[in-house]
Amino acid sequence: MSAVQTTSPTPDDTRRRGPLAEVLLSLLRSGTFLTGFAIVMFWVACALFGEHFAPYDPLADDIINALAPPSAEHWFGTDQIGRDVFSRVIVGSRDILTVAPLATLLATVAGTALGLLTGYFRGLVDDVVSRILEAFMAIPVVIVALLAIVALGTSKTTVIVVIGLSFAPIIARTVRSAVLAERELDYVAAAQLRHESAVHTMFVEILPNVIPPILVETTVRLGYAIFAVATLSFMGFGIQPPSPDWGLSISNNYGMIGGGFWWTVLFDALAIASLVIGVNLAADGVHGALND
Amino acid sequence: MTLFLLSIMVFLGGQVLPGNVGRAILGPFADQRAVDALNHTLGVDRPLLAQYWGWISNFVQGDMGTSYIFRSPVAPFVIDALGNSMKLAAVAFVLVVPIGILGGVVAALNLNRPLDRIISLGGLSVTVLPEFVTGIILILIFGVWLRWLPISAAWPRNAGFFTQLYYLILPSLPLFLVLFGYIARMARSGMIEALDSDYTRTAVLKGLPWRTVIWRHVLRNALLPTITVIATQTGYLIGGLVVIETLFRYQGIGSLIFTAARGKDFPMLESGILTIGIVYAVATLVADFLYSVLNPRIRLGSDQ
Repeated sequence: MSAVQTTSPTPDDTRRRGPLAEVLLSLLRSGTFLTGFAIVMFWVACALFGEHFAPYDPLADDIINALAPPSAEHWFGTDQIGRDVFSRVIVGSRDILTVAPLATLLATVAGTALGLLTGYFRGLVDDVVSRILEAFMAIPVVIVALLAIVALGTSKTTVIVVIGLSFAPIIARTVRSAVLAERELDYVAAAQLRHESAVHTMFVEILPNVIPPILVETTVRLGYAIFAVATLSFMGFGIQPPSPDWGLSISNNYGMIGGGFWWTVLFDALAIASLVIGVNLAADGVHGALND
Repeated sequence: MTLFLLSIMVFLGGQVLPGNVGRAILGPFADQRAVDALNHTLGVDRPLLAQYWGWISNFVQGDMGTSYIFRSPVAPFVIDALGNSMKLAAVAFVLVVPIGILGGVVAALNLNRPLDRIISLGGLSVTVLPEFVTGIILILIFGVWLRWLPISAAWPRNAGFFTQLYYLILPSLPLFLVLFGYIARMARSGMIEALDSDYTRTAVLKGLPWRTVIWRHVLRNALLPTITVIATQTGYLIGGLVVIETLFRYQGIGSLIFTAARGKDFPMLESGILTIGIVYAVATLVADFLYSVLNPRIRLGSDQ
């Protein structure tokens, strides 16, 4: 709420650089944000350039050395067909770091549009859309995703669309409540008196002023998107083989952990954990910086 | 209302999107007449509205249809699985509600001291992790390295209550961790607000012992929002069950949905999801009821 208050009365051009620089500065001073950002950037680097510094080809099998425990040659050991776990963990960041941000982007765009519409028009549009969104939010994302993916077939696009659309209502709710506060302000009344179109008022006048809560919600959602993609991949409905994706690797290997082959799953699990915690720390930092 | 929308979504997802059900079951090489005959037997060649009406009215009467895979009624499977899931969820809840609330209360009473930091940050970190990740790590620690707990939730036949409980501890832990963060955070912020309020100051200033202030004045007000959170987390808990039950090979409603989804067993899938929707709606209702019981300010009607 306070984020809305601090930015809303700002005249457009005179102080445009001011608040932004301030936010960036307080982000750089936030230990939480920097820690999270560093973790995320590490995995982004792995996703982009992973195969250049991974010691082995993550897809190359080597049956003779299958299920070898961690050693000097294979730091994280090898999996059931002898693929190097270390290389797979590094390159495994790629798919999840493609799918989850795209899903979040879709959720943000769709959610912002819905939130602007329902918050600005209120009345019947708001009532109908809000009820539907509420019903939608009552169902666990994993279940919606399961149903949709079974019906539509598994592909990266399906996963992006399904997660994106199931997160959109949550972002819409945040945007709507911010818009409800904004639309009562004088600059909106001024725009309406100038006979600006509703679209102009919503997207040119109001949107820039509700960016802070959208930004916070987006970073938080990114954490949940990674959670959801990893979970779907683990269930076999997300990223498909032969990708070295973390969730998928765990799903392929956890059947054997009773036999003591812990290295085939532990490092993937820790990779997911570090990425999710990294994103959440960064989100926490963004939240703090925008609400000070 | 929510249930109605859910039922339509489930129906559309299950019946309309997959296309030709008979073809899906019999495979691409089956004779077209056989496919038509099967579609007719299953009733999927009727108009959509008739199908929806038939399905939902049967469901309400307890007839959940016939599984495509097992060729037998779905209801017993769903009821069995629901019972199993309830056991698992109950263990997780019984553990997490008191401990979560305690964690939040302790954190609030030690606001901004190291103990608060540890509880808040620790709670937040474990909450954001996917259940299968914490599950795998816990299995490795307690099941594989220490060998304290069984790594599968499938207990021997005719196992007694305590044996079942023993098998359920490990599967309930990941759920515990996810919920702990939420509940502790709500309890903490509720406590902070209540401790900061005028009535607490009044209670302290009129000389009540600190213990009485906490128990009678602060806690009661602080825990109200927590109850709502616990109820909304039921939906979340069920989502978590799908993952946990798959990971621990437990025959609950989550793994039932998962297996049905894999095998494209739509009657099973639809009934499972709708059952979950009903459980969720009931949980929300119970929470509303509890909330009004505990909060005299919104109690309906007057007993004066």
